[in-house]
Amino acid sequence: MHEYSIVQSLVDRVEREVRTHAASGVRRIRIGIGDLSGVERELLQTAYDVFRTGTVCADAELEIERIEARWECRRCGAPIARGERLTCAACGEPGRLIQGDEILLERLELEVA
Amino acid sequence: MCGTCGCGDHSARPVDIGERILVDNDRQARHNREHFAERGVLAVNVMGSPGSGKTALLEATARALNGRLRIGALAGDLETARDAERLEAVGVPSLAITTGMACHLDAAMVHKALHQFPWADLDILFIENVGNLVCPAVYDLGQAVNVVVLSVTEGEDKPLKYPVMFRKADLVLLSKCDLMRHLPALRTDMIADALERVMPAPALLSVSQDGLGIDLWIRQLDEWRSAARVRETVHV
Repeated sequence: MHEYSIVQSLVDRVEREVRTHAASGVRRIRIGIGDLSGVERELLQTAYDVFRTGTVCADAELEIERIEARWECRRCGAPIARGERLTCAACGEPGRLIQGDEILLERLELEVA
Repeated sequence: MCGTCGCGDHSARPVDIGERILVDNDRQARHNREHFAERGVLAVNVMGSPGSGKTALLEATARALNGRLRIGALAGDLETARDAERLEAVGVPSLAITTGMACHLDAAMVHKALHQFPWADLDILFIENVGNLVCPAVYDLGQAVNVVVLSVTEGEDKPLKYPVMFRKADLVLLSKCDLMRHLPALRTDMIADALERVMPAPALLSVSQDGLGIDLWIRQLDEWRSAARVRETVHV
């Protein structure tokens, strides 16, 4: 269960932005979590709800965007469906992950006086 | 006020960030990686389930190297220094990193350990991660390569169930192969097939404590050391 560590890093990062912008609070946090990031979205939401009490994020809604995993051939760019062998059927080259491993802080909505 | 983004509400300020949440860990990991590169130390992150044979692999490695290379280890566990003690007993200088409740090592824990452990004159530093097939895969430590130890008793479909860790592996070591004669239903071709579906460049090596495959593992370590030296030369 590393979701608590992720939330700790998230709250630290948000605190920095609050200081930088001299904000009085945080209304909304939008993050993106990839299917192959190793982070479970529901656990992250639970961890956030437990952890945010008493932090600058106490009143901030957490919005989690799911980012699907997508593989493609690193040479010809042909898509490789998830669950298939990660070798291009056409040219035999290994696939590469083009999205889906994100653990990303996308956007904040801060409250300023 | 616009309900979507808060425009028109002067007390709301949207801020686009677009940065990894683990940016601090990434920065620390880069710093560790620079340290290892400067000193020509190959850092190997050894991951796998509890009991998969990570420590046994390092013991077998020490026996096979028989002093030819200077190796050391950082051994991560929630409690106890038992793994580090086992490695010390076969002549591998080791330091235990006890993580308390944390299910993985992170770059800051490794960095702190580097200040307490004479690593700079080693050829290879093994970082034995906490036994866990999930969390360690998320944290970059500054390693050059990731190795996942998967024992034959864990079943053929582990790579499909835990794709994140296997995707990041440079090599999977199938351990405890001497037990295969007791596992008539085990299909090693199914393990290879599972890896091909989660690992872009699958690499699987069978090993056992009695020494099977250890020579090929040592050769792989030598190849990684040479590749790292070439990369260094090119950068300079």
